[in-house]
Amino acid sequence: MSATPLEEHDTAAILAAGAKPRRFGAFYVMEHKLLGMRAYAQTIVATSIGNPLVYLFALGIGLATLVDQNASGLQGVGYLAFVAPALLASAAVTVAAEEATYPFLLGFKWVPIFYAMNAAPISGRQIASGMYLAMLARIVPTVTIYFVIMLLFGAVPSSLGWLMIPAAALTGLAVATLIGSYSSGVEEDKGQMAMIMRFGVLPMFLFSGTFFPLEQLPVYLQWIGWISPLWHGTELSRVFSYGLEEPIWLTVIHVVYLVGLAAWGWLATQRVVTRRLNK
Amino acid sequence: MSPHPATLDCVPAPVITATSLVKKYKDFAAVDGLDFEVAPGESFGLLGPNGAGKSTTMRMVGAVSTRTSGTLSILGLDPDQHGPEIRSRLGVVPQQDNLDTELRARDNLIVYGRYFGLPRKQVEKRADELLAFAQLEDRAKAKVDDLSGGMKRRLTIARALINDPRILLLDEPTTGLDPQARHILWDRLFRLKEQGTTLVLTTHYMDEAEQLCDRLIVVDKGKIMAEGSPAELIRKHSSREVLEVRFGSDRNAVVAEQLHGSGERIEVLPDRILVYSDNGEAELERITSAGLQPMTSLVRRSSLEDVFLRLTGRSLIE
Repeated sequence: MSATPLEEHDTAAILAAGAKPRRFGAFYVMEHKLLGMRAYAQTIVATSIGNPLVYLFALGIGLATLVDQNASGLQGVGYLAFVAPALLASAAVTVAAEEATYPFLLGFKWVPIFYAMNAAPISGRQIASGMYLAMLARIVPTVTIYFVIMLLFGAVPSSLGWLMIPAAALTGLAVATLIGSYSSGVEEDKGQMAMIMRFGVLPMFLFSGTFFPLEQLPVYLQWIGWISPLWHGTELSRVFSYGLEEPIWLTVIHVVYLVGLAAWGWLATQRVVTRRLNK
Repeated sequence: MSPHPATLDCVPAPVITATSLVKKYKDFAAVDGLDFEVAPGESFGLLGPNGAGKSTTMRMVGAVSTRTSGTLSILGLDPDQHGPEIRSRLGVVPQQDNLDTELRARDNLIVYGRYFGLPRKQVEKRADELLAFAQLEDRAKAKVDDLSGGMKRRLTIARALINDPRILLLDEPTTGLDPQARHILWDRLFRLKEQGTTLVLTTHYMDEAEQLCDRLIVVDKGKIMAEGSPAELIRKHSSREVLEVRFGSDRNAVVAEQLHGSGERIEVLPDRILVYSDNGEAELERITSAGLQPMTSLVRRSSLEDVFLRLTGRSLIE
């Protein structure tokens, strides 16, 4: 740390010092966020195991006996097999909604670590990406645990069932980036986050063919399912879990829609975060 | 005629050069044409009241806020093009602590070191050294929220040093700290200065500027009002001594009329009258012998506060 004149080799060293952060910045952000999650690791583990148990017992076993007595299954399978993939996709969406709302407000306002990251060589784009990578790092184990418990319940007829894991992760990501592109721009929480949960996530959960096929709804309500990433994720999961019969183009649409939404939301969040940091 | 090469070698290239630096928010110019240079190892201050454009300038120098116009070079690079590279060689202590309260004290340093692409082992070693430097060794495992204001500040400074920066930027480093915590912090900063770290700091405390800055610019409304070392500025813009007299809030203005002609000049503040003179005691004697009895009187040396008052007609802390 001595006062030396700036020479050419200095400039070269400075330029070189930026190379690693430019390449791996998003991973450093993820690393940071995951370390932060340790503070509430017990809650994360408990809900990851507790949620599937509670839902699968209540709906897959409890409600299923009632449904299966009165109908000869749904879409060719018992109610447990029908509802389980939807619950798995919903679990991903629940984590996504939780991680894409307050953590953005936190990072900008209450515990403004985004500014600290940005004062180091990390860019706004990398901060956004790192946040989503950290969310994925939480979503994937959550749905994997869900999948294992589904196996234990005998709720996965197809051998392709494991593909539900990437399908659910993609669904979670689509929802996360959609919410994140909005919440990252919120300057002050005047209840917007609670509104997202109450009027966004909850209705999506109820109207996305989770508990009953979307066709059961009157036509004028079915559009809620069509635009809902959760419906696309649920249907995709059902294709993998028990071979739900639907035209192949529809399966392709599920994937394209979710990938498109995730990509759009990811880029939009990057833009919002970058703009907000550069003031 | 070209300059002799030896002369060039003797003058170290500045680590920061700003020319006609402007930052506008819509029509409002927060920074309105600043020109300054900072030499390596120098301790450079931006002194001015709240809203003068100090923090905005610091964010531009910190390569996180883009300028509206003018040129800016940090460590020989343009922040618009090489933001991450420049930031890899800066340490930043923001006005508001932004430590991660979900992490423990030491983890805050480690996580931050990773942002510079430093290997974990190296960062862990450096974190322990810096905790010692910040006198926080016994708080390594403490939660951030359990630290006092002064400790948080020192942890933030330790964090800013994790990459062994060439330039340390400090935005209002001691605002909100009690006097003891300020002195501990000044001591740490002075050590860094002795080691040759370039310090750039903003403050609205004159004593802080006098303690830490080799040279400073006085900024008001986004413009530079004066530039120089604290002693130079005082010499140039103020008298050697200042006599402060109070006649009571209602009478100050009236009495000031009668004091006309005292000292080099007088400044009437709501609560007191300042008489600028090279001999404060003599002025006081003249005033009392004229039959005016101040409620309180004080003779002190001129400070940067007086310089600021002279240049802007306003007090620094309003």
